Amino acid sequence: MADEPLVLGIETSCDETGVGIVRGTTLLADAVASSVNDHARFGGVVPEIASRAHLEAMVPTIQRALDTAGIKASDLDGIAVTAGPGLAGALLVGVSAAKAYAWALDKPLYGVNHLASHICVDQLEHGRLPSPTMALLVSGGHSSLLLSEDITSDVRPLGATIDDAAGEAFDKVARVLGLGFPGGPIVDRTAREGDPKAIAFPRGLSGRNDPAYDFSFSGLKTAVARWVEAKRRAGEEVPVADVAASFQEAVTDVLTRKAVKACKDNGVDHLMIGGGVAANSRLREMAQQRCDRAGIRLRVPRPGLCTDNGAMVAALGAEMVWRDRTPSALDLSADSSLPVTETHVPHTDFHGQAYDALGGGAA
Amino acid sequence: MLLLAFDTATPAVTAAVHDGTAVLAETHQVDARRHGELLLPAIDQVLRAAGVDKHRLTGIAVGVGPGPYTGLRVGLVTAAALGHALGLPVHGVCTLDAIAFQARAEGLAGQPFTAATDARRKEVYWASYDAEGRRTEGPAVDRPAELTPQPRSVGAGALLYPDAFPGGHGPEHVSAGALAGFAAAELAAGRELLPNHPLYLRRPDAQVPAGYKAVLPA
Ligand SMILES: [Zn+2]
Repeated sequence: MADEPLVLGIETSCDETGVGIVRGTTLLADAVASSVNDHARFGGVVPEIASRAHLEAMVPTIQRALDTAGIKASDLDGIAVTAGPGLAGALLVGVSAAKAYAWALDKPLYGVNHLASHICVDQLEHGRLPSPTMALLVSGGHSSLLLSEDITSDVRPLGATIDDAAGEAFDKVARVLGLGFPGGPIVDRTAREGDPKAIAFPRGLSGRNDPAYDFSFSGLKTAVARWVEAKRRAGEEVPVADVAASFQEAVTDVLTRKAVKACKDNGVDHLMIGGGVAANSRLREMAQQRCDRAGIRLRVPRPGLCTDNGAMVAALGAEMVWRDRTPSALDLSADSSLPVTETHVPHTDFHGQAYDALGGGAA
Repeated sequence: MLLLAFDTATPAVTAAVHDGTAVLAETHQVDARRHGELLLPAIDQVLRAAGVDKHRLTGIAVGVGPGPYTGLRVGLVTAAALGHALGLPVHGVCTLDAIAFQARAEGLAGQPFTAATDARRKEVYWASYDAEGRRTEGPAVDRPAELTPQPRSVGAGALLYPDAFPGGHGPEHVSAGALAGFAAAELAAGRELLPNHPLYLRRPDAQVPAGYKAVLPA
């Protein structure tokens, strides 16, 4: 197998149809078709609308990625796809497409974990991940602290949100403030005009006896809503920018404090931050300051690679090929609740061993 | 002509290879929850059984529904991706037309009838055909009680609601062999088939959340 495997990755776990092409740790193409505007008026992602959009966008997005990379599909060394976790119907469109391409082109198929892909994408920006790496994943769907010894085989969850994901809290606070959807970028922009110390919003699960690495954003979201409502009831003007800045400060304070603590407790000197919320400017700034102070090297991909995309799936797929991991079978399932510990879904039965013995993709 | 045909619009996951004259091989599994797992292995298996190399295929025929969406999309995206990767044209076939084609082959030729499949939520997807096999009504999605079907009907939708479809009998689900036969006949006659677009017939379920809900007691 090539030292620098050429892999196409398909990501359809939520509302973005992402197709990336990677050679080893080099990004060649990152094509995205988003249905975000179709969901905006609903204030959240509508699964059926997302699934319909994935079907429409699949082939054109693949072609766009191939054109950008300047390669033919037959040049590929493998096809990777998000097998989970994510929206079941949306995942199924990507998994079905990936199987069809892998089978038609006689290439090995790799069903990979969406969360591990979010971590692995940083290899496209900052080279191979050191072992071990601590990862803080924050988005509309997840908020987790993960310790990875080997991104293709060993990812351990240290903590996660016990209620809302951080990105969900951004969406809900944006709705309370009447700022629109999705909330992340709008709250970030609005917060720049506000005072992060104006209102002391609560820091969830930060007591001495609380779980050290778990998160909770539901109480914070409710506190913001109560505060805003109280103002409105009193007939006072809501200082929108101050609310946004103070809320954002509370979220980023908890996220970065726990991430740095996890690094120190586990003797890890690299912290990777990924997921859509990693695009937040205050989170990046605060994480940098706290990591610098703690002697931890911070790795955050550029915002475009933090949100869901196909490049991250291709990056993990390329790593799977490079490390000679077992491909997936053609009966691979889309698993909406795939555990993070399952970095990929290898073929494990008798036929899988026979497949390996035959030299993988040479069907 | 060497067609690969498949359909995932009904509980059946079915694939077939057709040479323009006859079905060379066909597979049929009924499992409404595992279209995604079963389809590609079924395609691989049917080509092996027919002894046909995928690079010799001249086209793909796929059932475009109507059918429950999640399963339906498995077939459509697979057809689109295979067509793209193998450089093959993809011909869409209304799944009810394929069921009707099979029903005529099994003895209903010369009679008008209705084909109906289960649309869930107490509704059926249906279409009606005249004695020559031409579709005269549908495809549409409706409550069975609101329909006036032909005296004979076929499909799981008809079997499920015998009060609304008194003459209901098999075939229950679509077979890819029949779908391929229909497509081959249409192509041979120089007629265009459908584009590879799903016949959803319903708008997506999407509840607009009611205005922002207050958390303070009123
Ligand atoms: Zn994600």
